[in-house]
Amino acid sequence: MNKIPNNKAWWLVLPMFLLVAFSAIIPLMTVVNYSLQDIFDQNTAYFVGVEWYQEVLRDTRLHDSLLRQFGFSFSVLLIEIPLGIAVALMMPTRGWQASAVLILLALPLLIPWNVVGTIWQVFARGDIGLFGWTLNNLGIDYNYTSNPLDAWLTVLLMDVWHWTSLVALLCYSGLRAIPDAYYQAAKIDRASRWAVFRYIQLPRLKNVLVIGVLLRFMDSFMIYTEPFVLTGGGPGNSTTFLSQTLTQMAIGQFDIGPAAAFSLVYFLIVLLVSWLFFTTITHMEKSDSGSKYDK
Amino acid sequence: MATITLKGLSHSYLADPRDPQTHPQDYAIQALNHVWKQGGAYALLGPSGCGKSTLLNIISGLITPSGGEVLFNEQVVNTLSPEQRNIAQVFQFPVVYDAMTVAENLAFPLKNIKMPKAQIKDKVREIADLLELTDSLDKKAKNLSADQKQKVSMARGLVREDVSAILFDEPLTVIDPNLKWKLRRKLKQIHEQLNITMLYVTHDQLEAATFADEIALMYQGKIVQFGSPQELFERPNHTFVGYFIGSPGMNFIPIKKNGKNDLDEGLVCYQNINLSISKPQQAALQSSHSTNLKLGIRPEFVELSEKSEPNSFVASVLSVQHLGSYQLVIVDFAGLEMQVRVAEKMRFSGAKVYLVFPSQWLKLYVDEYLVGEPLLVNKDEDKHASKCLDKVDNHE
Repeated sequence: MNKIPNNKAWWLVLPMFLLVAFSAIIPLMTVVNYSLQDIFDQNTAYFVGVEWYQEVLRDTRLHDSLLRQFGFSFSVLLIEIPLGIAVALMMPTRGWQASAVLILLALPLLIPWNVVGTIWQVFARGDIGLFGWTLNNLGIDYNYTSNPLDAWLTVLLMDVWHWTSLVALLCYSGLRAIPDAYYQAAKIDRASRWAVFRYIQLPRLKNVLVIGVLLRFMDSFMIYTEPFVLTGGGPGNSTTFLSQTLTQMAIGQFDIGPAAAFSLVYFLIVLLVSWLFFTTITHMEKSDSGSKYDK
Repeated sequence: MATITLKGLSHSYLADPRDPQTHPQDYAIQALNHVWKQGGAYALLGPSGCGKSTLLNIISGLITPSGGEVLFNEQVVNTLSPEQRNIAQVFQFPVVYDAMTVAENLAFPLKNIKMPKAQIKDKVREIADLLELTDSLDKKAKNLSADQKQKVSMARGLVREDVSAILFDEPLTVIDPNLKWKLRRKLKQIHEQLNITMLYVTHDQLEAATFADEIALMYQGKIVQFGSPQELFERPNHTFVGYFIGSPGMNFIPIKKNGKNDLDEGLVCYQNINLSISKPQQAALQSSHSTNLKLGIRPEFVELSEKSEPNSFVASVLSVQHLGSYQLVIVDFAGLEMQVRVAEKMRFSGAKVYLVFPSQWLKLYVDEYLVGEPLLVNKDEDKHASKCLDKVDNHE
């Protein structure tokens, strides 16, 4: 059979290419462009090479907020993943209760970020907020506007409240995909509740958990609105995370060059951590077959 | 080790089933009585939806029956959980613990009953040898092929020595045909070695016949016949058994009493064709007033020739299928389609053939149930029939 060479089909890729170009490549390249120049006005710009990058990497303000950011993201994962699994395990599986719980869990996910911030800003106030007022009346000194730790914990609690549902729903769907025969076999093998979780449920949740961890990491690493609405990043700098530092730099101070360099570094960090996590998990899967049974 | 007795067992999946007498369709299992003896290898055979899996799950304790009793030896176990009943069960799809190695999989039930480590190791080795899994002991269970996985789940059922019974729920569904054969043999061999009651659910008659000493054939929530594969083939108790066992199933001729009492004229007729039946059958017929009468004969036992013989009936050939070692002839016998199995080497030219129905293979069914059989079956006939069953096996 003769193959007819016809490369006209490449034109069909064009719309997609244009779309990606306008949505991702061109904006990214503008940022790259900014990050390599010192711009004064429309006509005055100097090429500065990697100077901005050097400056950004030495900036202690950024170091601090990067550290806070990692602390925050890992706390989020540490709480939301186990909590989400626990919630999913306890959810009813059939009847109206199942639907009711599903809807209840989905509700926080539908609320916009700034509304979540506002809700908690009021909810956690010591004078009129139910949460803050109750804590204060229980004798706990709680004030998110003046105490850095309180503010930090409030942002964490807000995120847990907002996003644990996502992990729970992902795990719930993963759990529903396990055929009944597995539970029946476990029953017959006299497996304990813990063994059922450890050897049946957890291995089968692995894939959804990978997605859950990635989503929660990326999302929490980019947190901006909630702390901004709650305290504007304060008190002091205690809840000023990376994206807010970046915004201050770019829009507050109009340091476009360093801000551009910094956003590229920021982007690379997210990419690097996600990539590391994903390769570790998939690598673990491959080497699984090599594990030894003690003889 | 247990003899399992089912007493008046019934089960309905409906929350509020109606009276079983008037609405049998509400029940998956209906007033079932049966005894599975300790150490037997049994098959529970039936079409999809006949209640065989339900029955198995009731015995293992995964389902609580709506009525009746399940007894292990003398003890009523209705309210006991599977682990209290000490049952092992192998499911239709291989259930392995993915994250564990094969050895850990086999050790799992033993670990859960707190067996000493050294003993576990010995037992795992022994069962792995038995099922030819020794080479894969260190492999992760999830990397195995489907049949290897199923072997692992079978092995997990076999590691505990003291089980009351091992239940198999169509365990070979996912296995390759040629491996199926091997695994079935293996199971039978294991049964001989371990002397454990084994109950094997399947919808495949060949699988049932190769595995089991005795087969319980289920139909619409009841066991319609319980006996050796040969008995099921030769003397189907119910028209459904005749239809379901054998390939193809039994031919049925709807008949009427012809009102005559002369034995030479045969007592029954189909479309004005008089057919003769045996003395016990005549006696049974005379005591019945039902109009639901059928004569059944297996395609293997119909004799076909091109010459007219005494007691032969004319029929026309509709089609011939060559199936390797035999040919299946579909004939039109006075408006009724019948199937006849004849040797492959037999040749016939015309469309017109003559059929003979040997009287010992012509079974009488009143209201779908077999009647008028002499109590004992002649030994020669036994041999003949088992040969025919072998033929059935070869062509599955």
